[in-house]
Amino acid sequence: MTSVTISNSGSEGKQTTKTDSQWHSRHHVNWWLTAAVAVLSLTILIPLYFTIITALKTPAEAGGFGLPTTWEWHNFADASAKVNYPKAALNSAIITVAAVVLTLFTNTFVAYAIARNMDKRFFRFLYYFFIAAMFVPFPVVMLPIAKQFGSWHLDNQLGLILLYTVLGLGTNLFIATGFIRSIPVSLEEAARIDGASTWRIFWKIIFPLMGPINATIAILTALWAWNDFLLPLIVLTDQSNQTIPLAQYVFSSQFATNYPMAFASYLMAMAPILIVYIFAQRWVISGVMRGAVK
Amino acid sequence: MANAQSPAMTNVPVSSSASQTGKPGKKRKSAFSKRKVDHAYYWMAVPAAVIFAVFLYVPFIQGVGYSFTNSQGYGQSKFIGLKNYFALFIDNRVGHAYLFTFLISVLITILVNLIAMFLAVALNGKILFKNGFRAIFFIPYTLAVLVIGYVFKYIFMTPLPALGQALHISWLSQSLLTSERYAWVPIVFLAVWQSVAYSTLIYLAGLQTIDDEIYEAASIDGVNPWQRFWQITFPLIGPFFTINLVLSMKNAFGTFDQVMALTQGGPDSSTETVTYLIYTNGLTGGEYAYETANAVLFFIVLAIIAFIQLKFFGNKEKI
Repeated sequence: MTSVTISNSGSEGKQTTKTDSQWHSRHHVNWWLTAAVAVLSLTILIPLYFTIITALKTPAEAGGFGLPTTWEWHNFADASAKVNYPKAALNSAIITVAAVVLTLFTNTFVAYAIARNMDKRFFRFLYYFFIAAMFVPFPVVMLPIAKQFGSWHLDNQLGLILLYTVLGLGTNLFIATGFIRSIPVSLEEAARIDGASTWRIFWKIIFPLMGPINATIAILTALWAWNDFLLPLIVLTDQSNQTIPLAQYVFSSQFATNYPMAFASYLMAMAPILIVYIFAQRWVISGVMRGAVK
Repeated sequence: MANAQSPAMTNVPVSSSASQTGKPGKKRKSAFSKRKVDHAYYWMAVPAAVIFAVFLYVPFIQGVGYSFTNSQGYGQSKFIGLKNYFALFIDNRVGHAYLFTFLISVLITILVNLIAMFLAVALNGKILFKNGFRAIFFIPYTLAVLVIGYVFKYIFMTPLPALGQALHISWLSQSLLTSERYAWVPIVFLAVWQSVAYSTLIYLAGLQTIDDEIYEAASIDGVNPWQRFWQITFPLIGPFFTINLVLSMKNAFGTFDQVMALTQGGPDSSTETVTYLIYTNGLTGGEYAYETANAVLFFIVLAIIAFIQLKFFGNKEKI
């Protein structure tokens, strides 16, 4: 872990120029490799295709890979009513957006304070204090957390939002400190001479400069909070607070053998993030990759 | 938790801490500077540390406390010493869950890293539709494991056995999910299917830190692709390999959503993972204290494994 943090920080800008130069040598296309990758991509495309076509079939027709003979669009409305989809989608959206916003506006200044004071024993201790939690699997603490959050009356959306903000701190710190250290201190010193406070320097100078890494943190937090199943399962007690994955679990027995309706429900569960992803995929991918390079 | 802290605390060389402050040339006697820190920095970091402790470390310590009682999660309970721990060691169901978790974790970690490394090299190589393929291979990471797990459950239950029957493959003719012998296959498949996405991107990020000139020099020396990978690429992405290995193994040890979606621990508790057991028996089965003890034991086992991983791979990759 320590060795990853020391790898070079100058690689950021290289990515674009590199892919460009490789595009120019396109006449050397490796056809075997392209074919292998295409075949592997079928393991992703076929299940997605299967989900879409099954969602539009009649129960009698489900199971095959052919296109539906009649397109049963009403499956979506039926499934939506059964799992109370609008409510679950709203809950998931509230939790995800709030978790992302709160994470961005808190985790960043923790990372800043630690990144700028790594030469002090106390801050270096804090760094490892937060990072160590990355290696503690959640199941280890889930029973006490479930109990504790119940007694604090945080067995609701607010509790989840706080948990995502706090539990993500280790990973976000790991991602952000390297980036912050690459921001020259001289930028801050000028402002400090003009009498700006540390908080002001952070919000006016550092936070805006953290844009790219904030995008990375936002993407990873959003994907986690939106898709998470375990935390809502153990924290949420009230049915009306259910998130999308939790609703799928709770109502999974309701579909009985009506698989097309179940698949319509699964498809609606996946659709929001898939649609966002289709439009933002380049941005998401570069954001996630940025998080890996220090 | 403590093991990650101690080696790094002692390892900090004088030079690195000096360069971090951006003031080279200033010699330091101690590894840590005596510079005065603005109070605002404490206000930024300390409240977060307190909340972090309350949310994570305090429940952990409480959990350790509960593990010495006979609590059911509610009502009265009394101190029973190490009885829960002794009971864990002779509990066959727990033993099986540990063995199962360990075996699938090793398998998942190996498969994820092999496939992700191949994909990353391919997606970084001279292939057509590079960006399109990159986008496709990251899709699994954007989906909820539970939901796509239900999709795969159906695929494993209906179309796949139908295919097996049509092709006269006996082990595939029945649903793998109901076979005690093969029910692990869908779980491993789903875990690998989903985790490869993220690992591939980490490897891709690693590959992009490598300068093209190294490859150009190698090609002049007549290095074949196989040698090129093992002697140039792999050593250079060493740190990315370590982080991927540690993270993918940590995730695999926590396998839960996959089991919930596909088998619910069955058939005949053959696919119960430790996390699944902690959840089902601890929160819904009235064995709160017992499963808390299980969680503490699980933590100790995982800490040892993480320590070994970091020691073993941490040393190898120093370039």
